[in-house]
Amino acid sequence: MAWFKRSEKNISTENPKHDVPDGMWIKCDECGEMMHKKQWEANSYTCIKCGYHFRIGSEEYFSLLFDEGSFKEYDRKMKSVDTLKFTDSKPYDKRIEETIKKTELYDALRWGTGEINKLPAVICAMDFAFIGGSMGSVLGEKISRAIDKCLKNRTPLIIISSSGGARMMEGGISLMQLAKISTRLAKLADEKIPYISLITNPTTGGASASFAMQGDLNIAEPNALIGFAGPRVIKQATGKDLPKGFQRSDFVLEHGFLDLIVDRKNMKEKLAQLLNLLAK
Amino acid sequence: MALEFEKPILDLEQKIDEMRKMSDSLDISDEINRLESKVNELRRNVFDNLTPWQIVQLARHPNRPYTLDYIYLMTENFVELHGDRNFRDDKAVVGGFATLGDQTVMLIGQQKGRDTKSNLYRNFGMMNPEGYRKALRLMKLAEKFDKPVITLLDTPGAYPGIEAEERGQAEAIARNLIEMSRLKVPMIVVVIGEGASGGALGIGIGDRILMLKYCWYSVISPESCSSILWRSWDFKEQAADALKLTANDLLKLGIIDRIVDEPSGGAHRNHQEAAHMLKAALLEELDTVSKIKKDKLLDNRIKKFEKMGFWKD
Repeated sequence: MAWFKRSEKNISTENPKHDVPDGMWIKCDECGEMMHKKQWEANSYTCIKCGYHFRIGSEEYFSLLFDEGSFKEYDRKMKSVDTLKFTDSKPYDKRIEETIKKTELYDALRWGTGEINKLPAVICAMDFAFIGGSMGSVLGEKISRAIDKCLKNRTPLIIISSSGGARMMEGGISLMQLAKISTRLAKLADEKIPYISLITNPTTGGASASFAMQGDLNIAEPNALIGFAGPRVIKQATGKDLPKGFQRSDFVLEHGFLDLIVDRKNMKEKLAQLLNLLAK
Repeated sequence: MALEFEKPILDLEQKIDEMRKMSDSLDISDEINRLESKVNELRRNVFDNLTPWQIVQLARHPNRPYTLDYIYLMTENFVELHGDRNFRDDKAVVGGFATLGDQTVMLIGQQKGRDTKSNLYRNFGMMNPEGYRKALRLMKLAEKFDKPVITLLDTPGAYPGIEAEERGQAEAIARNLIEMSRLKVPMIVVVIGEGASGGALGIGIGDRILMLKYCWYSVISPESCSSILWRSWDFKEQAADALKLTANDLLKLGIIDRIVDEPSGGAHRNHQEAAHMLKAALLEELDTVSKIKKDKLLDNRIKKFEKMGFWKD
C-alpha cells in the first residue's frame, strides 16, 4: 500500500543556530568533514570537501567583498525602539538589549561604502543571528539611507539578504518597511543606478517579497532557501510533501527568478565583472 | 451567524421585532421604546469597548460586505476584467473599470466567498502570483488611460502553496511594491476586512490609506503570531493586543490616514449604508489627490512611506 508511505524523509527547516563557529576546528554541517578554521576561512567559509556554504554574517561579507581597508560603516549603532510595547515571552526592548549583548550587533543589517576591485559600491549586509534576520524600522531606515548615498554619489547598491521575514514585534510598522524600501528602490531604478540583490540562506517572507527580489540582477549563493512562505507553513497549509530541492537556489533559478547562482569563492570577482559591464 | 458578543444585541432586537408584530392589537409602544433605547445603549457599550480580538472577528464576519458588494453598491457601469495575460485568471482578486461619482476609476480588490463552494472558487481571498500580476496589469491599464486606482484589501494572506512558490509569489509581490511606488495616477487603498501582511500590501501602496472601523491590518495574523512567538495557538487574543492591528492603533502610528466609519453594529448589519459611507470618503479623497500634480504625487508617495518607522540613531 504505497499511498500512505512517505517516499521522502520529512523536510527539515532547522538550520544550525551558530553563524561563525568558535574553536579552531570546524565540522561541515552537510558532509561532516573536519577542517581547520584557517582552511575554512581561506575557502570563503565554505566546506573544503563538499562546498557547503556556511551561514556567515555581515562582518564576513564585508571582508570577503570589499577591498582591504576600503570599508566605511555608517549608522552602526542605530537601534530599535519598542513603540508598541510588545511583550511575548519577554518585552521587546529587553529582547533587543539581550540580542545586542549576545551578538555584538545593533540590528539585523549593517551598511557601508567601499570598493570592490577598485569599483565603489554601497553594501547592505544582513545578520541572521540578530532575531532571525528580522526586518524592522532600523533595517528600513538603514537601507533608505544607503540608497540615498547611492543616489547622491551614483554608486551601485548591493543588498545581501538573510532573513526570516518582517519583525513581528514591530507589528504593522515592520510591514511598512517593505513599502518604504520599495519606494526608495523605485527611485534608484528611475535614476538608472544598478542594484544587485545577493540572496543567501535563508531568505523568506518580507525580505523575499521586497528588496531581495527587486534587483536589476538577482544573484543567489548555492543551495540557499529562497521563497515567500517557509516550507513548514506550506506543508501545513497544503498537507502535501514538498518536492526535492523545493525553494533552493537551483529550483528558484529554473523557475526563472534568479539571474545566476554564484559560489561564494567567486562572488567578489563576479560582482566586479558585472559592475564593470554595467559601468562601461 | 452571530459572534458571541453580538448575541445579546441580536436577541434583544429579535424581541423588539416580535413585539412590533403584536403592537397592532396591543398598545405596547412605551415598552418598545424602552427596549429600543436599551438595545442602543447595549450596542454602544459593546462596540465602544471592543477588544482587538473582537475587531479581528468582526473583520472576518461571514456576512461582511466583500469587494464585489462594495463595487456594485458604490459604482455604476462596472466591467470586470480578467487575467494576467500570462498564466491564468486568479479568482481571489477582482478588478475592472467603473464609474464612481462622475468619473471612471479602476477598482481592484481581494474577493472572499460566502460559502464553502464560493470560498473554494475564490481560494478564501488568498492570491496566487498570477493574481498580483493581474492586479498590476490592471493598474498599468489605468495609468495608460489616466484613471485613478482604488484597491480594496481583504485577505487572510498570500496563498502559501507549492505552485505559488514555483510561479514566484515573492517576486510577484516585490514587483508590485516597486511598480505601485511609481504608478503615475492617484492611488487610494482601503482596508475593508483583513489586511494580512505582504499578501495585502501586494496591492496596498497608495497616496492615501483608508481603513474601515472594524478591520485589522498587520504583519501577521494573531493566530500565526501566537503560534510562532508563544509556540501555541492559544494566545491569539494576546497577540491581537500586542500587534496593535486595529484602525485606531494604526492611525496613531501613522500607518493609515483615515478611519472610515461603519454602520452601527458593523458593516455586515447594513451593506448599503456601509457602501454609502465608504463612497462618500472615497469621493472626498479622490477629489483631494486628483488636484496634486503628477511629479509631486510621486514625491509625496515616497515621503509618506519614508516617515514610517521608529529608531534611535
